[in-house]
Parts: sequence; C-alpha cells; structure tokens
Amino acid sequence: MLIKSERARGVLYQALLLIAVGGIVWYLLSNTLHNLASRGIQVGFAFLGREAGFEIAEKLIEYDATRSYAHALAVGLLNTLHVALLGIVIATVLGTLLGVARLSNNWLLARIAGAYVEFMRNIPLLLQLLVWYGMFTELLPGVRQAIKLGDWVFISQRGFRFAWPEAHPGWTAALWALAAGLALSLVWRAIARRRQAATGAQWPMALPLAGFIIGLPVVAWALSGAPTAIETPVLRGFDYQGGKVISPEFAALLLGLSTYTAAFIAEVVRAGILAVHRGQTEAAMALGLSPNQRLRLVTLPQALRVIIPPMTSQYLNLTKNSSLAVAIGYPDLVAIANTTMNQTGQAIEAISMLMAVYLSISIAISVFMNWYNARVRLVER
Amino acid sequence: MRDARAVSPLGWMRVNLFSTPLNSALTLVILAALAWLVPKAGGWLVWDAVWGPKPASACDAVRGEGACWAVVWNKIRFMLFGVYPFEEQWRAAVAAVVLTALLVVSALRFFWRKRLIAIWVVGIALAFWLMGGGLGLTPVPAERWGGLSVTLILAIFGIGFAFPLGVLLALGRRSRLPVIRAVSVLYIEIVRGVPLITVLFMASIMFALFMPEGLRIEQLLRAQVAIILFIAAYLAEAVRGGLQAVPRGQYEAAEALGLSYWRTMGFIVLPQALKISIPPIVNIFISVFKDTSLVVIIGIYDFAYAVKKSVETDISWKKYFIEAFLFSIVVYWIYCFAMSRYSQWLEREFARGERR
Repeated sequence: MLIKSERARGVLYQALLLIAVGGIVWYLLSNTLHNLASRGIQVGFAFLGREAGFEIAEKLIEYDATRSYAHALAVGLLNTLHVALLGIVIATVLGTLLGVARLSNNWLLARIAGAYVEFMRNIPLLLQLLVWYGMFTELLPGVRQAIKLGDWVFISQRGFRFAWPEAHPGWTAALWALAAGLALSLVWRAIARRRQAATGAQWPMALPLAGFIIGLPVVAWALSGAPTAIETPVLRGFDYQGGKVISPEFAALLLGLSTYTAAFIAEVVRAGILAVHRGQTEAAMALGLSPNQRLRLVTLPQALRVIIPPMTSQYLNLTKNSSLAVAIGYPDLVAIANTTMNQTGQAIEAISMLMAVYLSISIAISVFMNWYNARVRLVER
Repeated sequence: MRDARAVSPLGWMRVNLFSTPLNSALTLVILAALAWLVPKAGGWLVWDAVWGPKPASACDAVRGEGACWAVVWNKIRFMLFGVYPFEEQWRAAVAAVVLTALLVVSALRFFWRKRLIAIWVVGIALAFWLMGGGLGLTPVPAERWGGLSVTLILAIFGIGFAFPLGVLLALGRRSRLPVIRAVSVLYIEIVRGVPLITVLFMASIMFALFMPEGLRIEQLLRAQVAIILFIAAYLAEAVRGGLQAVPRGQYEAAEALGLSYWRTMGFIVLPQALKISIPPIVNIFISVFKDTSLVVIIGIYDFAYAVKKSVETDISWKKYFIEAFLFSIVVYWIYCFAMSRYSQWLEREFARGERR
C-alpha cells in the first residue's frame, strides 16, 4: 500500500469516488445540454402549462383535450393510483385465501392452491396482461351480440357495462356518512381498548360498529331523499349508453395485476402463519380461549409481524407493475407521460417526473409500513 | 398424518379429504368442479385441438371447440428466432442451448469454484460470437437478433454483468466511509423505487441525449445496459443480506490476522456471504427472466415480442393469438419453474448443513 494510514486511504477513496461520480455526471450533463441546444429543445417544465391536445379514454376527474399537460398527467396519476389501490385490495383478499387454503388439511384444496401459486408466479406478468386483454377484446362478442344478464349487465368487447344508481345528492351524503362511520368506529375501538386496559370492563363492539358503518349511511341516504332511481344501459347507435362501464383495458390490468400478485401474497401469508409456533396455539387452548379469540389475539398478531415487511414489498411491486398498463393501452401515468414525451420532446423532464412520482409512492408506502411495523413489533425488555 | 397414509388409501382419504363435515363438503364441491372442468379443458387443449403442421383452415373448422396448436407449428421459427436471418437460425438455436447450459452448469455445486467465472466468460463470449458472427460466420447486426436467444441474453448477460457491480454496491452500503455508503444507498434505493419500464424508457429515449452527438448505440445494447444497472441494485440487497448474516467474529478474526479490507472480504467474508445469498440471487434471476419481457414495450424482439408479432402480422393466424401466447407461457414457465424448484431445494440443502 502506498499510503500507510487507513484514515488517509479512506479519505482518498472517497475523494476518488466523488471525482468519478462528479465526472460522469458532468460528462452526461454537458453532452445533454449540447444535444438539447443543437436540437432546439427548451429545458424546463414550462411545457406543463401548454395545451395537451389529446383525449384520454378513462378519467376520474374532468379532462378534455384543451386542458394542460399537467392536468393530463394528473389524470394519469389518478388512474395509476386507482388501479393500484383496487389491485392491492383484491390481491390481498385473494392471496390471503390462497395462502390459508395452501395450509388447509384438505389435501385437494391445498394442492389446488399450490398449483395456482406455482403456475401464476412463474409466468411474466406482461404475457398474462396480453392474454387477459386479448380475451376481453377478441373473444367476447361484439356490442350488438353482447352477453346480457337481465337488463342489468352487458358484457361485450367494449367492456363490462352495468346498471348504476342515478347521480343524486343522497348517494354522496351516504358516502360521507360511511366515511364518518368508519372514523367513529376507530375512535370507539380505541376508547374501548383503553377502558378495558384501565378497568377490565369490556364494551360492546359488534352492535355499535354495525350501527356506525351500516346505520349511519342508511340514515343519511334516507334523510336526503332516499333516491332509488337506477340507470340501466341502453343500446343507442354503436354502443350502450348509461350505467357504469369497466373498460377492457382496466379490467385486464386489474385482473392481471391482482391474480399475479395474489400468488406472491399467498406465499407471504403462508410463511407468516407457519412462523407462529404451535406452542402458541396450544397455550391459547390451555388458557381456554375460543378458536376465534385464538386466531384474533394469539396467532394473527404474531403472524402479522412476519407478514408485514414482505407484504409491503408486494404492494410496492404491484404499484410499480401497474406501469405495464402502457402495453395494453390503459392511460396510466406512464402511458400519458409517454404520449407527452412523444409530443413535446421533453423526455428528460417527463422521465424524471415519472421516476420522482414512483419514488414518492414507494417512500410513502414504506414510511407508512415502517410506522405500522413499529406498532406491532415485539416489545422486548 | 404420515401414519394414516401408511395404513391404507381409505385411511388416507379419511384424514386428508373427509376429516370433518365441512371438509367433506369442500372435497365434494371441488371434485364436482373438477369433473366439469377437466373434460372441458382437456377437450379444448388436447383431444379436440388441431395438432401438427396443418393450415389455418383446419383450425377455422373447429374454432371454439379445440385449440389451434397448428399455429405453433407454422410460426415456430419466427417465435423462437424473430427476424434473425433464416439460413443462420441454427446459430441462434445453438446460442440458446449454450446459454441454457450455462444456467444448468451454474446450478451444479461441483462447479462452484473459481472456474465458474471462466465458464461464464467463455459461455457469454461464445453466445455473443454465435449471434453476432465474425471470425468465419456471417455477421448479423444486433437489430436482426430476436426470439428466445435474445430473452436468454438479456437475462444471463444481465445477471452476469450486474453481479460484480451488485457486490461492490453491497460492500459500499456496509462501508465505514460515509461518502461511499451514501452513494451506494442512494443508487440502490432510487433504482429499487422506480419501475423497470422507466429505466428502459430512459435507455431507449434519453440515452441518445446523454451521449456525444453522432454516437449511436444499438437499441438492444442500451436495453441490456439498463437491465444490468437495474438488477445490480436488487443483487446488492441480496448480497447485503448475506454479508449481514456472516458473524462479527469472522470479520474480527480476519482483522486480528492483519488482513487488509480487500483480503478480509475476498478470502473470509464474501465466500460465506455469497453462499448465503445464492437462493435470493436465484429468485432475482427468475424475476429478471420474466421482466426481460418488458422490452416488448420499447420494441425489442425478445421471445415475447416475437411470439406477439408472429400472430399479429398474419391475418389468417391472428385469431389464434391465445394458443401462441400459451406456447410462450409454457416456455417461460418451464424455465422459471425449474429455477424456483432449484432455489427451494438449495435452501433446504443449506439448512440441512446448518442444522447439524
């Protein structure tokens, strides 16, 4: 070694790394600036305010082609979050069922769940999406030959259209009441727990919670006019009108994402349940806890501790995988950023915005999960 | 459970299928569903399907009742080799075999020594030469490469080149030097936080802006570099897991012997850490193998894209895309399932050594 002192060597290595990283960044930056100048591309985010000029098929907020690029990207972001959130819910339910089924003492059920997991997780998600999308757009009948379930549901190549309540302030009121009911239930549960810890007295749970979650919305709905009008789809011209529609793109993406991720979640859940020692269940039995209490108070809290970290990364994977939407034409954030890039040439800005958004989602989910994880962590002396 | 199985088939059934009324009901429901589904699926997939190199009209005759496997016979060359020159396709086939053999060899513990590095260098060079030509073979430009060999190249070259980078990043993340640690953490966390598709977009669209004017680099090479840089972050986390599992005493003993940092790592820590990280590395490889299919989105002829194009571009076969996709699904599945079984076996194998 040329330099004997370890500290001096440490400083030298770090200086060399900094110089190398700085050099690479400087080299790329100067190339980029030169290239941009010679192509006449303006650097900066000014393009976000310009008119987008393209339509978006699916939107959760008001949008038309005269709106700005920033607005279009917001539509895309909401679409991404929409499909990711629904996907997470469905994948969690399906995955948990599969994970439990795989541990069932019914041999057939366990084998079927195992086959599902081994089949789904070893196929590229992109191919699964293409197959779902192909099935929804090519194999389903055309609009005029739509599969009808009464007057309520119509399934065709254009998507799944079904009857839906007509817009009315009563429904909005019921939704708000539901949110309030959920919040009240959480408060009720927290107070009940504190009471039980302090005095040992158990407050009733089932009835008040049902009242908050079901009763409140019903009351709100009834008080604000009790709307019952249902809008059924009607064939008019080339397509059905009215009701609600799930496009084949959205259906394929949601189904593909959730059935694929469910296979991974099943494994996570299975590992979590297996990680709880048999002695824990036996001890709970010896204490005379009911099967329900055993699951709720002994097995689940311990299994969750093992399940949560890998579950978080599955949720993150699902969110990141929703970017495959671009392959089947669902207008998620990536698809809209792609269109924006092609129209404006502002590739650097668009891609860095994409990366920043996904990074923030990743960080937000991991911060939340770390907080939750810290809450359920085993408290040691 | 095991002794019940030993007693008799009936006893086995009573324990595993009809242990409680609920279980019995479940079993009956599942059996009924299978009895309905299996003949239907079997009919479509096998008995009523069109097998062999028949024309599309043979499929049209049984459309809806049987699968059209004839599409695979008719399009197999394009599916496996894409737009690779027809007369030279044996080279792409040999390259695919060489790369698959490379995977098999790496899975055998007998080869887990220094010579594995040499084998990889030779295997990668051989595959590259077969695909690209030169030295007696007709040169084939990279934009004509396609099919299964491209998928294998993207995945295997990807993991091969990402491996050294991943090890360095893992060491960097555990370094005592703050700047080195910060750079490694930043790189790993940023790359792991974004979807692969954004990195591929970067390679396919932004890369031209980063490079000096006039320098053009093959699309395939750019995607390959993107995949390497992407995997490296995931590999780094797998290796870090292994590094953390090596007991402190090993580090301290090496230090006490007066070994330098690189010798400590090279001779003492990494050999132990890498062994521990092999199962997670295999799992990373499985997801890389699946994720290479994302290059479809930037228009590179990998296996998935070749299969998609093979039916899309031919009006008479277009409606049999499901059969074509199912064929590619089977191929991907065989590779991934074999590797995942291997990884599970390896984990048990290692656990056995530890338990003693």
